[in-house]
Amino acid sequence: MPAVCFYFQVHQPLRHRPFTVFDIGKGLSYEDEDMNRKILEKVAQKCYLPANKIMKELIDQYEGRFRISFSFSGVILEQLARYCPEVLASFRALVQTGAVELLGETYYHSLASLFSLQEFHAQVEKHREAMEKNFQFTPCVFRNTELIFSNSLAAEVEKMGYRAMLAEGADRLLGWRSPNYLYVPRGCKNLRVLLRNYRLSDDIAFRFCDRGWSEYPLTADKFARWVHKAGLDAHVINLFMDYETFGEHQWADTGIFEFLRVLPEKILAQKEFSFLTPSQAVEAYEAVGEIDAPEPLSWADVERDLTAWVGNHLQNDAIRALYDLERLVKERGDEDLLETWRKLQTSDYFYYMCTKWFADGDVHKYFNPYPSPYEAYINYMNIIDDFTRRVKEEKGDGRL
Amino acid sequence: MLGWEFPPYIRGGLGTACFGLTEALSRRGVEIIFVLPHIKGEIVSSHVEIRMASQVEKSLHFAHLNSYPVWRGHTFTGEYGGDILSEVEAYGRAAGLIAEKERFDLIHAHDWMTVYGGLAARGKTGRPYIYHVHSLEFDRSGDNVNRDIFEIEKLGLLQADHIISVSNYTKEMTVRRYGISPEKITVVHNAVSHKEGTEKYRVQKRSGEKVVLFLGRITFQKGPDYFVEAARKVIGQVPDVTFVMAGTGDMMPRMVERVASLGLGRHFRFTGFLKGEEVERMYAISDLYVMPSVSEPFGITPLEAMLYDVPVIISRQSGVSEIIHHALKVDFWNVEELAHLIISVLRHPALAWEMTERSRDELRNIHWERAADRVIGVYNSLSQRKD
Repeated sequence: MPAVCFYFQVHQPLRHRPFTVFDIGKGLSYEDEDMNRKILEKVAQKCYLPANKIMKELIDQYEGRFRISFSFSGVILEQLARYCPEVLASFRALVQTGAVELLGETYYHSLASLFSLQEFHAQVEKHREAMEKNFQFTPCVFRNTELIFSNSLAAEVEKMGYRAMLAEGADRLLGWRSPNYLYVPRGCKNLRVLLRNYRLSDDIAFRFCDRGWSEYPLTADKFARWVHKAGLDAHVINLFMDYETFGEHQWADTGIFEFLRVLPEKILAQKEFSFLTPSQAVEAYEAVGEIDAPEPLSWADVERDLTAWVGNHLQNDAIRALYDLERLVKERGDEDLLETWRKLQTSDYFYYMCTKWFADGDVHKYFNPYPSPYEAYINYMNIIDDFTRRVKEEKGDGRL
Repeated sequence: MLGWEFPPYIRGGLGTACFGLTEALSRRGVEIIFVLPHIKGEIVSSHVEIRMASQVEKSLHFAHLNSYPVWRGHTFTGEYGGDILSEVEAYGRAAGLIAEKERFDLIHAHDWMTVYGGLAARGKTGRPYIYHVHSLEFDRSGDNVNRDIFEIEKLGLLQADHIISVSNYTKEMTVRRYGISPEKITVVHNAVSHKEGTEKYRVQKRSGEKVVLFLGRITFQKGPDYFVEAARKVIGQVPDVTFVMAGTGDMMPRMVERVASLGLGRHFRFTGFLKGEEVERMYAISDLYVMPSVSEPFGITPLEAMLYDVPVIISRQSGVSEIIHHALKVDFWNVEELAHLIISVLRHPALAWEMTERSRDELRNIHWERAADRVIGVYNSLSQRKD
């Protein structure tokens, strides 16, 4: 009885305003409200609203046989409540069907798991509260920012009481083994890991509109055939991707929505197939073995490591400057300062500073609001500088 | 090949480019006869055969002295100032005569000074004429163009069998300002010659001193005034910073006066024209290179600075910005942004570190062989057309 498990990430960072050295110490806000509103409204129109409508229709049509899961960052929930309440309402309606599972993550979509466990716990807790408040849902499966995963992190997540965690089905983690089964991370007892089937996931998320791809165009029939074939050696086939795949990364005119609309029917055409959410998959299947991730891995780039966010001189410097402030910020006991500092932790800011492949003009560029990683770093460091002065209550004298 | 400069006698990027390109072409088996107006000393070059227009004109002058008493030979200087239009005409006549004597397949001529030469050589031999655009009158003078030069450029561009331009930026300007069909133009980006042993120029500076370098002609085209105005904003913000302006040009007196009137003399050095080792030493002590050009067809100097691990800020109005990614880019008129970027590089060592490390990788792919291969592609397409 193989199953397909869909999980969609829903997140939009808070874009910063252009912040020059001459703006430091002037008491300006950091976010570009106008830009954030415009981007959110655009993504809502292109993706969230049409995709939610289809999801709702599918869930109703299959009476519980079609199931999905979402993970929302706290950062996007705040923005949705502020700029697009109708989108938030449509997500609530989806959750209320009972066919949707919500996953836990860090409220700020941060890298705190790598740099401050205390912060990590606080942000996961804050996220859980937000899920309960917005959706009356308490997550029991965890997914860390960008699927960052390691043995020690898994142990931490197990201690926090989660039953399962998501990770990338990276080759170096699995070797010859299949991602389509549950595993136990080394050092854990009860925690299960669901591994992303990156081939099938990326067929939809990246290759769907690629005219140079030998399988182009991808039809639901063809994709279902691949899934059925994978099902010969599978418990659960995990298709994990950004929700913005539908309508935003892959535009409506690529046929992505039509694909989505008929895919459940094609997959369910083989009677033994079903759709499960992560916690259902953990109920339904036993783990088949152990995985060992002494080094952190993620779902990004071909390297599947952390180098999209951490590793170059810009990123290391910025992250150090940010987390060096932790003690000071917490000593101040000022809620506004703490909130501002936490917002600065969103991983996207470090992704913008990635210089890897920059010259090739690839996917990093597509997601980067700055002309180069250098401008991203400069802007961020000026904000950090301004924020540091606020934390230290320094009065600007016009000099740096 | 027809040109106006060749190392060691150079005034700017044209000579550097001609040297790098010919060297790579000859390594690819292309034999080059290089015609210059005049050189005072000797050029030691193994890869091109040098001919001087001044020699041809001299012999012509003496040979025909009696039969053409009104004919007066031109005294070549090989410079850009003075009566350059007469020199360009005389060079054209001489190039035609040289062409008659030599055997070659193509005429490859650099910039407007060689237009008459290129046309004369083609007239005598019927060989195809390639106009290689390194800069245009609009780059050098903005909208106050010298009409004579503009007309010569236009004549050459219209008449040429093919055009090579050093950037898309220049190609676009050639199409827009001169009405040339884009199909006739091939873009071949310049490159930089990689040399060994920059280590020996490690020069001691005051501890904590930061040096920001402008290196180039101090003329309208290079945007020296934007450099000075940005420096003014930086000096209030960063302690112990020195701005070096290396080069000469017609705007130099104004720049010196402006710096003095702002009271910034302590923070400025005007070095005059630097060459050879002085240039290398200058790069080696710099913490940042700035090229704020108003209109730069290419701009090799940022690549040279990068070879010395110096981070660079370049104007977007430049051809070189099309091929380098690990540099900061700014619109030349945006003084506030330029100052902001200069301050950022000086304040954050991580920025310079990342830029220079990545630039090292990028520079590996920017070499004259790549340019030469594209030029040879143009040669081949032209000789096929003749056959």
